[in-house]
Amino acid sequence: MIRPGEIAVVGAAESTKIGAVPGMSQIMLHADAALNAMEETGLKPSDIDGVACVGPMMPQQIAHYLGITPKWVDGTGVGGCSFMLHVRHAAAAIHAGYARTILITHGESGKSRINATPRPPEPEGLNGQFEVPYGPFGPPTLFPIPVLRYMKERGVSHEDLAMVAVVQREWAGRNPRAMFRDPITVDDVLNSRMIAYPFRILQCCLVTDGGGALILTSADRAKDFPTKPVYILGTGESVETNMVSQMEDFTSSRAFRVAGPTAIEAAGIDRSAVDHMMIYDAFAHLPLYGLEDLGFCKPGEAAGFIREGNTRPGGKLPLNTNGGGLSYTHTGMYGMFALQESIRQMRGTAPAQVPNAKISVCHGVGGMFSASGTVVFSNEKP
Amino acid sequence: MLAPGRPKPKPTPETQHFWDGCKQGKLLLQRCGDTGRAYFPPRPFSPYTGTRNVEVFEASGRAKLHSYVIHHRPVPGFTPPYAIAVVELEEGPRMMTNIIDCEQTPEALQLDMTMEVAFTPLDEEVTLPLFRPAKESK
Repeated sequence: MIRPGEIAVVGAAESTKIGAVPGMSQIMLHADAALNAMEETGLKPSDIDGVACVGPMMPQQIAHYLGITPKWVDGTGVGGCSFMLHVRHAAAAIHAGYARTILITHGESGKSRINATPRPPEPEGLNGQFEVPYGPFGPPTLFPIPVLRYMKERGVSHEDLAMVAVVQREWAGRNPRAMFRDPITVDDVLNSRMIAYPFRILQCCLVTDGGGALILTSADRAKDFPTKPVYILGTGESVETNMVSQMEDFTSSRAFRVAGPTAIEAAGIDRSAVDHMMIYDAFAHLPLYGLEDLGFCKPGEAAGFIREGNTRPGGKLPLNTNGGGLSYTHTGMYGMFALQESIRQMRGTAPAQVPNAKISVCHGVGGMFSASGTVVFSNEKP
Repeated sequence: MLAPGRPKPKPTPETQHFWDGCKQGKLLLQRCGDTGRAYFPPRPFSPYTGTRNVEVFEASGRAKLHSYVIHHRPVPGFTPPYAIAVVELEEGPRMMTNIIDCEQTPEALQLDMTMEVAFTPLDEEVTLPLFRPAKESK
């Protein structure tokens, strides 16, 4: 078995600009972030021997564009948490000796749509037959499908779900790179434009351009790099279904319940030791599901946990400290940006730095509860 | 007939019986030969045990409203606001659908209200299993 702290992240960077980046195509957003990560670690493309990225961008496109000859590739594509899975697979590959220095990239021209990937309808697919004919139109109509059931079963109010956005905006206000930084109130959220009841626009993620890249290597090599190493303590992954209508339980994600606890158990940590947390928030309900399914709150207690201020600045479990997909950025596959924020917090370089944070849990979701990946990081080697 | 522009499902060999059933006014599910449990969407084996010993049967068409969103933006083939719903069939499986003969409002669409299937032609080839509030619940 891979040991906690055996693998480290030595390079982590976002694209030079995020938000609206009309001057870069999708592949260049990958490359821009990759070049930034290589620059901070002092690595050249010829030093990289493993590449991971998420389809539709295939590893061969990124490897060739950057001039890398990989001995190991991973194109796992399970939606916006694919990068958490790439981290897990890369750690295993380094442990196995398949590669020494692995680059994971993301780039998406979600807003400007420059060489962005078209999403053709597939009328013969199971989604095309059994969901698409009923009028869903992208994630805002699909991701929130379970929310009313969750609210009824858990006794959660519209105000509770508005509070998620309010707290995250509070974090975004401390982050100059966040797209939306002005404070908002519960009333602001509940009076914002209705998108797909029960969610209004301030409870839906942004749509932006951007990229990110990570470089992983073994912890014993990490001291050779100028950056502060961030150690991987544990990882987890799972998938359930890419049809939201077919989730086993509308109040809980099976993929979350597998990936999260797997990572925490592999890390060998107690949940009370976690100083910082990222839960991929494509929409306002996801932090609630994440807190409960990963065991940080009992079922039905996450809304109160957020309402009482535990996740806001100064709270006992700072959550989504970059402002999240709701206020920071969301290219379409936000998981890379959640990972970047965990790394910044562990390096001590986050704009809204959590003082003395030593352990960060980064939890991702992909494709309307299709998939999940979790990584536990630390700035201390166990 | 539904408004034009709605995306049209295309059956595969594994799902053809379901769509044929809809056209004949029958909601056809499948049942696992090992456990007796019904499942959806269609496939020629059981998702519970993997057995190929499965049978097609006609469901009652009765269901309860499990969850939904009400979409407020325009989509080809739909007039907003319209609900995208998931119903839980009496036999257990859930399916996505639309609700007809009912106001598309949170007040009218109460979770767990009783529904019944309302087969609605999309065109001459395909009929969709939409749902309406059950008559006895009105």
